[in-house]
Amino acid sequence: MISVENLSKTFTLHNQGGSVISVLDGAAFSVAPGECVALTGESGAGKSTVMRILYGNYLAQGGRVRIGDVTLTEAEPREILALRREMLGYVSQFLRVVPRVPTLEVVAEPLLALGVAEENALARAKDLLTRLRIPETLWSLSPTTFSGGEQQRVNIARGFAHRYPALLLDEPTASLDPTNRETVLSLIEEAKAAGVAIVGIFHDKGARERVADREIDVSSFARRAA
Amino acid sequence: MTPLLAVNHLTKTYGGRIGCADVSFKLYPGEVLGIVGESGSGKSTLLNCMAGHLAPDSGEVIFDTRVEGPKDTLAMSEAERRMLSRTDWAFVHQNPRDGLRMRVSAGGNVGERLMAVGARHYGTIRDQAVDWLERVEISDDRIDDRPAAFSGGMQQRLQIARNLVTGPRLVFMDEPTGGLDVSVQARLLDLIRGLVRRMGLSAIVVTHDLAVVRLLADRLMVMKDGHVIETGLTDQVLDDPQAAYTQLLVSSVLQV
Repeated sequence: MISVENLSKTFTLHNQGGSVISVLDGAAFSVAPGECVALTGESGAGKSTVMRILYGNYLAQGGRVRIGDVTLTEAEPREILALRREMLGYVSQFLRVVPRVPTLEVVAEPLLALGVAEENALARAKDLLTRLRIPETLWSLSPTTFSGGEQQRVNIARGFAHRYPALLLDEPTASLDPTNRETVLSLIEEAKAAGVAIVGIFHDKGARERVADREIDVSSFARRAA
Repeated sequence: MTPLLAVNHLTKTYGGRIGCADVSFKLYPGEVLGIVGESGSGKSTLLNCMAGHLAPDSGEVIFDTRVEGPKDTLAMSEAERRMLSRTDWAFVHQNPRDGLRMRVSAGGNVGERLMAVGARHYGTIRDQAVDWLERVEISDDRIDDRPAAFSGGMQQRLQIARNLVTGPRLVFMDEPTGGLDVSVQARLLDLIRGLVRRMGLSAIVVTHDLAVVRLLADRLMVMKDGHVIETGLTDQVLDDPQAAYTQLLVSSVLQV
């Protein structure tokens, strides 16, 4: 479902003396449907960079990324947008929303963007918010004022609203209490059972061991010291 | 898929100075393109050339018309182009005073555009005006007030209603949230986003506000000194800018 070949990524900081930072060199791996791969490596090793390249958020300097039958690294912006709408979900660590939009709509939005009927989309959103224990009294409010853990759960609900065939999870269980963590882990397990290919970053070792089938150490993709 | 708008090698100079130089891009139905850059970078010149307010020196602006398919709007007759700007196109000015008739009632402002495309039944026009004022959150007891009696944010929303009432397919926006305070700005952004999604509009939004484009635009074009410096998906350009100027622009934003 997801395949990465010979991926390289450097950051050129033009305004800081043009220094070039190489993060990835020759990264390669693939993820099959129904499989969950955990990216590991210490802070700064490039885990989030890999995730962001997979989502088309960062531009790769070389190599190929394929999601389903789309070659992300060569796709036009509108093809990437279509891919994100239909095939590829991303739960980031931070929720970014238009102020004033109610939580329920934030969660239903990926479905509405796909043209799902409003009542079905809202029903699915309500179902997820209930499972993730966001009190019903908060549904009509904008999540911008929510606590960190609540925002994280709204973000997860949004990411799981549509069943994307490929899903990227950046620390989905960080800042969650044990009950909610359990809910998120079972959502991940359900997605896997439904054949979703998942790439995740889990600092939480217990969570990683429970849902991940394989671990990939991102620091092995770093440029070897010459 | 046929692009809704294809711009090819558009160039405009003011005497020896460059307004915009050799700009080309394609906009597809339902897409929102953001154009950012500092003052004087040529973004408004480009927008005005595309919308037919300024005559470019060279280039093509090809619009996929409903009846005849893709057609170069710069080669159209004035009458044809005016019809287009009343029906399929809309232009939201930075200053609502440029896009509204200040001495005509709010309802009249919305109704005028309908009449320009042939609506004649007063009752229908008024009903549609009420419906649109409601969509942009202006209460119907203000329908007979002149825009001069409205706040800046209300005027801007009225301008949007006036522009969208004829169901355009392409909206040009020049700093649509410029000069509005942040709470009004948030409300307007939410409104524009909802309308874009529900009506399947394509839009070109010129702004210097990177937060606005992040929320509104699917794609981004960065301009400097009349040239396009960088293009790409909005979040990619903002999060992983490649060009030196874009990096400077992104890193210059103050964090709240």
